[in-house]
Amino acid sequence: MLKPEKGLTVDGFTLGDQLHEGGFATIWAVTHPLYRSALIMKVPKILDGDDGPTIVGFETEQMIMPRLSGPHVPRIVAEGGFDTMPYIVQEAIPGQSLQARFDKGPWALSDLIETAARVADALAALHAQGVAHLDIKPANLLMRETGEVVLIDFGLSRHRDLPDLLEEEFRIPMGTYPYIAPEQVLQTRGDPRSDIFALGALLYEMATGKAPFGMPSKMKQLKKRLWLDPVPPRFLRPDLPEWLQEIILRALEVDPEKRYQTAAQLRFDLAHPGQVVLTARGRKLRPDGWLTIWRRRRKMRGLTRLGATWAKADVPILLVAVDLSPEGEALHDLLLTWVRRMLTHQPESRVALVNVIRTALLGIDTGTDAQGQNVHVSRLVALKHWAAGLELPEAQLTFQILENSDAAQAILDHAGQVGADHILMGARGHSTTRRYLGSVSAKVVAEASASVTVIRAPG
Amino acid sequence: MRLAVLTDIHGNREALAAVLADVTARGCDAIAVLGDIVGYGPDPGWCLDRIRELNCVTIKGNHDAAIKGSGADMSTNARLAIDWTRAQLAPDQADWLDALPLTAEIEGLALVHASAEAPADWIYVTSEPTATGCLRASRARLTLCGHVHVPQLYSLDMRGMVAGMTVKIGQAMPLLRTRRWLAVVGAVGQPRDRCPQAAWALVDTTRDEITFRRTPYDCGATALKVRAAGLPEALALRLLSGD
Repeated sequence: MLKPEKGLTVDGFTLGDQLHEGGFATIWAVTHPLYRSALIMKVPKILDGDDGPTIVGFETEQMIMPRLSGPHVPRIVAEGGFDTMPYIVQEAIPGQSLQARFDKGPWALSDLIETAARVADALAALHAQGVAHLDIKPANLLMRETGEVVLIDFGLSRHRDLPDLLEEEFRIPMGTYPYIAPEQVLQTRGDPRSDIFALGALLYEMATGKAPFGMPSKMKQLKKRLWLDPVPPRFLRPDLPEWLQEIILRALEVDPEKRYQTAAQLRFDLAHPGQVVLTARGRKLRPDGWLTIWRRRRKMRGLTRLGATWAKADVPILLVAVDLSPEGEALHDLLLTWVRRMLTHQPESRVALVNVIRTALLGIDTGTDAQGQNVHVSRLVALKHWAAGLELPEAQLTFQILENSDAAQAILDHAGQVGADHILMGARGHSTTRRYLGSVSAKVVAEASASVTVIRAPG
Repeated sequence: MRLAVLTDIHGNREALAAVLADVTARGCDAIAVLGDIVGYGPDPGWCLDRIRELNCVTIKGNHDAAIKGSGADMSTNARLAIDWTRAQLAPDQADWLDALPLTAEIEGLALVHASAEAPADWIYVTSEPTATGCLRASRARLTLCGHVHVPQLYSLDMRGMVAGMTVKIGQAMPLLRTRRWLAVVGAVGQPRDRCPQAAWALVDTTRDEITFRRTPYDCGATALKVRAAGLPEALALRLLSGD
């Protein structure tokens, strides 16, 4: 087996400078006559033939990474086996990991929200491909120049449909201790909600400059997160809004069932702070009392399992576009009936209601109608009135009035932002204008990345 | 190369026809048959002719060997079926079976009916220890075998550890270059993993992947034929339960 060094050529890749040396691998800049873009090579540091965790972690990366796609993961170019030299060649992503930023202490609120939303986007994209990362931490997050967060280091990851090489060999909790989820401590590998917990820990650290459970180094300290609640972030940073603490502590719930069920939902709340439903979690200002903790500890002591592999990663986000114009009224009841039908099958769905104010292509919009009423407010009132018929708890609903000269584009953009799984909308009747100019629903059907159901009045 | 691997057809015409149609639909470049074309099932002659026409790499299984040899070491039902099968086959068909090799190789892949450890001993690879024997005996990066009628994948890593893993049907499994692999392919004609659908495997040597596949077929029709032929009732029933 070859040892990596500057100038070495393996399978056409020539090693340049060593860019990084970590505990388990070295990273090298490499060039290849057939590739023009900047590439790096990751080579595991195998001390001897018996270095189990490093070898299997590396094999896990080789198994999972080439099967991922999209902007949130590095593009894989080539891999090598143990016959010559084990390696993975991937695109180089310029810049440092987010660790450098985390080292500087608490974040400004706007940066925090922006970055956390981008991490949530990356997690949603990864989970959609059937992979739980299971080692989300600042050092494993890079950022593209275009803004997307890129997840790296898949050595502990778990693919829903492929065998888990790690579980077969090791019987210790695997992960990075400040960010590891309680169910990982109890050795459930492959619950995507473990990544939501890690994101919660990141959010906590961004907000307060501290890790929610300190920096444990021993297994015994690690278990404490099963019963000891973190100091509420607002105790450490009083200017932090209650809604953000609500999001952070919900992501950090011990029981995965009580957390956000998907990254898209967390992302959704970050984007709609006004609609986060506050509970005691968001309001609390001090840690739980000793009696509560003692009771919780007693309950948790016998617990041997928590979470489930790919339990229910699909709590869908249903986007409903409601046409509030007199013309759309005919479909109001029918649309309501269909939303109710869908909720019978997926009662936990998040329902995002939108209405589009069509702005003029040219000219100035005043935002007030002929009577001087604020159009935005009156639409919101009408939308909430319509939604009352759904009889859904507030926590499951969000309302958004969009403004765009192109209604379909507004719906498509919003669906992308909230990570909608399903769009439900009505189609108006047939008219000559629509035949030539195209209908809103036709464009949404043609261009949406989510499923789309179009409701029509019979006849 | 996309190689379709079929094994343990066991005279099941309906299953073989359905699998071959599936293989064609999925665009394979080659077919390999790992033996046991006859035995148990009601259409040994048809299945044998069909495989012979394909002119693909074919190796011998224990039931194929028993046609000219003896079924003495077989279970009662298997022996009864072999005796029945012997009477169904023309001499040239029996000769063709007899001439089949015990092992073969395609593009560096090793093919054997039971275990590479001792091909003529018909060892069942059903556990990590038996897989270890087979993996140690073969030098190939991927060894393919049948005989067990239950699909399973084993790997031998660089530390010499053998691990069995269950692979989801239809999911392409990467054959990591850091390990050597042994795929036990399920049976076309008599599945025994509680799924009555015909089993086979698709190996993609370019992408270094193996996919275990299942193809539904009319097992009721075959079961009726088993009964009509006067073969043991248990052989009809197990086609329906896949057990």
